[in-house]
Amino acid sequence: MAEHKSQYTGLLGWVDARMPTAMSEFKKHMSEYYAPKNFNFWYIFGGLAIVVLVIQIVSGIFLTMHYKPDAGLAFASVEYIMRDVPGGWFIRYMHSTGASFFFIVVYLHMFRALLYGSYRRPRELLWIFGCLLFLMLMAEAFFGYLLPWGQMSYWGAQVIVNLFGAIPFIGPELALFIRGDYVVGDATLNRFFAFHVIAIPLVLLGLVVAHIIALHDVGSNNPDGVEIKAHTDAQGRPLDGVPFHPYYTVHDLYWLSIFLLAFFAVLFFWPEMGGYFLEWNNFIPADPLVTPSHIAPVWYFTPYYSILRAVTEQFMLVLAVAAIGMSALLVLTTSNSIIRGAIAAFSVLLVVLMLVPGVKLDPKFWGVVMMGASVMIFFAMPWLDHSPARSMRYRPKWHFWMLIAWVVAFLILGYLGTQPPSPSKIIVAQVLTLVYFAFFALMPWWSRMGEFKPVPDRITFVPH
Amino acid sequence: MNPMTTSLSCSSLTRAAISVGLGASILLGASAAVGSEGGIAMDSWPVDRGQNAASLQNGARLFASYCIGCHSASLVRWNRLQEIGLTSAQIQQYLISGNQKVGDTIRTGAAPGDQKRWFGKTPPDLSVITRARTSFEHAGADYIYTLLRGYYRDASAPNGWNNVAYPNIAMPHVFWQEQGPRETRIESTEARKDAKTGAVQHVQVVTTYQPDGTSSRTETPVANHGAGGITYTFKPLNVEQSRRFDADAADLVAFLAFITDPTAGKRVTIGVWVLIFLAFFTVIAWRLNAVYWKKVR
Repeated sequence: MAEHKSQYTGLLGWVDARMPTAMSEFKKHMSEYYAPKNFNFWYIFGGLAIVVLVIQIVSGIFLTMHYKPDAGLAFASVEYIMRDVPGGWFIRYMHSTGASFFFIVVYLHMFRALLYGSYRRPRELLWIFGCLLFLMLMAEAFFGYLLPWGQMSYWGAQVIVNLFGAIPFIGPELALFIRGDYVVGDATLNRFFAFHVIAIPLVLLGLVVAHIIALHDVGSNNPDGVEIKAHTDAQGRPLDGVPFHPYYTVHDLYWLSIFLLAFFAVLFFWPEMGGYFLEWNNFIPADPLVTPSHIAPVWYFTPYYSILRAVTEQFMLVLAVAAIGMSALLVLTTSNSIIRGAIAAFSVLLVVLMLVPGVKLDPKFWGVVMMGASVMIFFAMPWLDHSPARSMRYRPKWHFWMLIAWVVAFLILGYLGTQPPSPSKIIVAQVLTLVYFAFFALMPWWSRMGEFKPVPDRITFVPH
Repeated sequence: MNPMTTSLSCSSLTRAAISVGLGASILLGASAAVGSEGGIAMDSWPVDRGQNAASLQNGARLFASYCIGCHSASLVRWNRLQEIGLTSAQIQQYLISGNQKVGDTIRTGAAPGDQKRWFGKTPPDLSVITRARTSFEHAGADYIYTLLRGYYRDASAPNGWNNVAYPNIAMPHVFWQEQGPRETRIESTEARKDAKTGAVQHVQVVTTYQPDGTSSRTETPVANHGAGGITYTFKPLNVEQSRRFDADAADLVAFLAFITDPTAGKRVTIGVWVLIFLAFFTVIAWRLNAVYWKKVR
């Protein structure tokens, strides 16, 4: 086989002659990947998520060198890292601050997608990979939170694993299978450690690669929601695109620097972040005999936890009415009679399982269903949104306010999830749970309504 | 039921009348620590003590004299105390008793099993205590400062001592001789529901404890619940002595805050430099970005 003729000289030429893929991939994904030139602030968070992932992996490797996944040693080993390992406090705070910042960055990244319709055709698969990444991130955070073996680690894991016990028939055995013991114990700690340090990170990295490949195949969306590939020059390069490298590498470097200012301000001055990033109760070693008076997950899980707690015995009637209303709407708007029948039958079954004494399932189970649905519903976004325009810029103003209302509901649910429950707080959480789901469930209808602005042919760009 | 539990529950019945809404949690031993923090406003620990080497060293002395008999700080090594200005020789000579070395972690000589029998529970490890006792309502240092100074004689309590910050605390008042005798007055407002009419009557309850622990109680009907919570006043018989103890308690809390987060000072110093560097770098990155994007039309 003839030697690859390299266009480069020197060391790069030597490498290129022996591994041409290195340069061709660099070109494909960096210097000749054309990204729309009108990216705004909201487009920095994907890159930042990669940076935080690297921070977590590197700090995690160093933590693993000193951490002991043993119920008798785990708590003390974390404090040992903080006190006796040189620079250990920095490594540990990198990891704990990084965990919270990972969710901040990913939530903002997802908000961007909702704002500009980044999940719309042809980016559905890209979006699905993103949703899977989010699920895996949640799993990673959940498994990791047990490891410091404090009271919140222990009882948080106990509460969440017990949720699986609410599943009919197989529940209790499933919960036992997950814990590996009748209570959260050493077996649980060891398997959570295994999931946290290798199983989930492998899946995460694979999904990140899939997410980026899918992105670079279809190209990035942009704040105008128009396809830059529709207008290309003679070489097939998008007229409204700029090479990712160097234009977006310098741009992202600038924003990375600002991000690190915030990140290190928290790390060095407020590592506990008022009890939200490191919960105070987690400085008490896990004690299976003492249940804390108030168990709250870390802030990034609290919106879903609020939804779980909102599903009470009294709320079941409201849920049943909502299910009937939803199926009526579907039946009225579906023409296929078989599908109509199936929807009607399914909704009757749902209502029976929700309300009819004797066969109805525990509200706790429905709480778990709702909590699961509140995360899984993101997967359906590409098929729920029927708006003629991708970007909020060209959708009716009230669509934007719908999105903001949903975000506010999400944030208040998050706040309520950190608080001990009270009757009035439960009612607020119930109303906001309905708002949360109505936003998605009614989207096929409301996203089509209203006065749309004309979508431009090309992007709008104001030179810097 | 062993005698300890019996006496605990008896005293808690008396106590429940004073501490509104704490009844059940008091019986649950350690969980009372969480429940009991709700009722009173915590005093502010003088933060500047944490920066003062003399305070920290005095705190270390008090810790080694009064606390270590029962409490460990098993995540902290003795030689960590070099950071508050002590030498290894001083630590070994003045602070360590028994056969520990300066490289060892701080451990009590008491056996955990014994303490469980004597006090009903094992005294908590104090390594991270000011963090562990922090909540959304108050700083852990303020809580412990209030707790150390919040003891009063209560003849109905199992060991003769009670505490405003932690009702029915199992720990006796270790510093009673240092603080000196005090009169204590505790006020709270209770809502009573009439069993027949269902009408709610608010009652202001004032309990006064003499220095010998005998108490008297008065109840006055009031129009409404007011601000709620529990208020207390201490009247020391020797004001000067009590004030000296306040200073010692502040020093002890300074020491506990130090061992809880010994790297805090270093962390903040490094943090300032890191942020200065990043601010500088941000300007460079900002201009670099602008140079590249100037060409894009």
